Amino acid sequence: MNFKNWTYLQRRIINWMAKIVLFLFTFLALLPLIMILFYVLRQGGNVLSWSFLTTLPGPTGSTGGMANSIVGSLVMVALASIVGIPLGIVSGVYLSEYGVGKTANILRFSLDLLTCVPSIIVGIFVYGIVVIRYGFSAYAGAFSLALIMLPIVARSSEEIFKLMPGHIREAGLALGLSRWRVILQILLPGCRKAVLTAIMLAVARIFGETAPLLFTALGNQFYARSLSQPTASMSVQIFNWARSGFADLEQQAWAGSFVLVTLILFMNLATRFLGRVRS
Amino acid sequence: MFLRYKRTCLAKIKALDLNPKLRNQRDQTQSLSPKKPKPPKKSEIHFADRAFYYGLKITSWGIIFLLLSMVVLIFKMSWPALHHFGFRFFFNTEWNSVTQEFGALALIHGTLFTSLGALILAVPVGVGVALFLNEIAPRRLAHALSFLIETLAAIPSVVYGFWGLFVLVPWLRQSLQPWLVDHFSWMPLFKGYPLGVGIMAASIVLAIMIVPTIASTCREVFRAIPQSHREAALALGATRWEMICLAVLKAGMSGVIGGIILGLGRALGETMAVTMVIGNRIELNWSLLAPAQTMASVLANQYAEADSDLHLSALTGVGLTLFAVSILVNGGARFVVWRIERKFRGAK
Repeated sequence: MNFKNWTYLQRRIINWMAKIVLFLFTFLALLPLIMILFYVLRQGGNVLSWSFLTTLPGPTGSTGGMANSIVGSLVMVALASIVGIPLGIVSGVYLSEYGVGKTANILRFSLDLLTCVPSIIVGIFVYGIVVIRYGFSAYAGAFSLALIMLPIVARSSEEIFKLMPGHIREAGLALGLSRWRVILQILLPGCRKAVLTAIMLAVARIFGETAPLLFTALGNQFYARSLSQPTASMSVQIFNWARSGFADLEQQAWAGSFVLVTLILFMNLATRFLGRVRS
Repeated sequence: MFLRYKRTCLAKIKALDLNPKLRNQRDQTQSLSPKKPKPPKKSEIHFADRAFYYGLKITSWGIIFLLLSMVVLIFKMSWPALHHFGFRFFFNTEWNSVTQEFGALALIHGTLFTSLGALILAVPVGVGVALFLNEIAPRRLAHALSFLIETLAAIPSVVYGFWGLFVLVPWLRQSLQPWLVDHFSWMPLFKGYPLGVGIMAASIVLAIMIVPTIASTCREVFRAIPQSHREAALALGATRWEMICLAVLKAGMSGVIGGIILGLGRALGETMAVTMVIGNRIELNWSLLAPAQTMASVLANQYAEADSDLHLSALTGVGLTLFAVSILVNGGARFVVWRIERKFRGAK
């Protein structure tokens, strides 16, 4: 760019205009956030009550709630975490501690691939591998959530373990600990807080996932009697209410969004707080 | 007495040097320590250590195998439709479950059109946010604002779609779109009726969702540019904006491009928000006001209630296309970002 033909005043004016434009862009980016939070708080806050959290969803005209979908979401996220978190941490340990060679490179590549796969594709895979044989179930939903969670936990825990300085590992080895005990008794406890933060972020992410649950857990108007039955989840319930076309069900969707957004934002804030304690 | 002791010591040392037996003994004790320890044989490594290592390795191969089976399974499930329609599948706009005629062109068009619209809206904003937070805003403000931007990324997409459907779409229908139709209906982009739902609403919602992605990638790349480049520009008398143009944007261009492609990847695969605001009509249409359908949204709408095997297979074929496109796009983005980071490594 050629600035030399301009006077100093012109350049300063342009500088100020650019600053203002950049500020406006930032404001523009934050405007939707403010509006979404405002609408969710106002519309959802009006409808939200204790009975909304403790009753089953009803047809239009009746006061329904989302008790079954809260339970369903919690169950599926818990199941997904039981599978996804240990697997993710194990592959994180492998990548950071033994992370050279063919296996590690292929694993890293496949985890990257899994990160960038749209979540609905994960849903198709689980449909093909589980749902076709055993039908819609909480297991299928949890499996798809675990697949989404796995690469996030793995790559972030790899980064965390790599930050642990090498001399701490060497100190453990010098004291005569074998390698697996260095990993289990020095590395993992030392990184506990950071790993916990990464896990919380991943859990917050899968709480809001809708697309893969549409055709793995399907949804349910009642409590699922067992884990092999179609199960309701908060996000799918909101989706169904929003598309119902009835005004009172739409109000319930606002309340559902209120619960979901509050939960996710709370988890994000908590990770923020944990991170601050660490540093 | 001391002298006598010294004499005996010297005599002993002399004896050590002279006596071949004693000398050998001394040499052996000395040469023991600098000798390198042999690397332990496999059988000498602790058993638990080996078990741990192989346990990790087997788990890793399990994960790799899972991903491979994902690719293979999706390909296998979509094979009947791909075989039945051949290449026509990608060039046919007809999607009709009654006549069993399935072609993905309208869906591919819808995906690309909405994503492109979202990019046009989101790129200036995203780059602007990154520049403002990194180069202009005071540190405290930047910290708070970046937290808010990250929050924007954390909100689930179903809430975006819901908000779009009940706040954005009525606004588009009542104010923006009638005005556009009145003044710009001579352009093919703005032909049609102000329905609210459609490509324009989908693009706007997508743009909101990809701004955080673009902003955070750009910020990382801008941070990799050495501070000395900025100081050099300022020292030569550049204003802050000129410094941004000369030192930051020029050097970080490939990073900006990487961020844009990453944002594109996210926009292509986004499902719920788009499904709720795009109007769900499978038609190839060049107007921003028209309802349409994307690859991801057709999956969300029809997958659970596909009525024939061919229908299901065709839907999976759409999924396979989406899979391939998003892997290509993300791979390209990673390559670009990796290259810029390598370029600036070392210079700080």
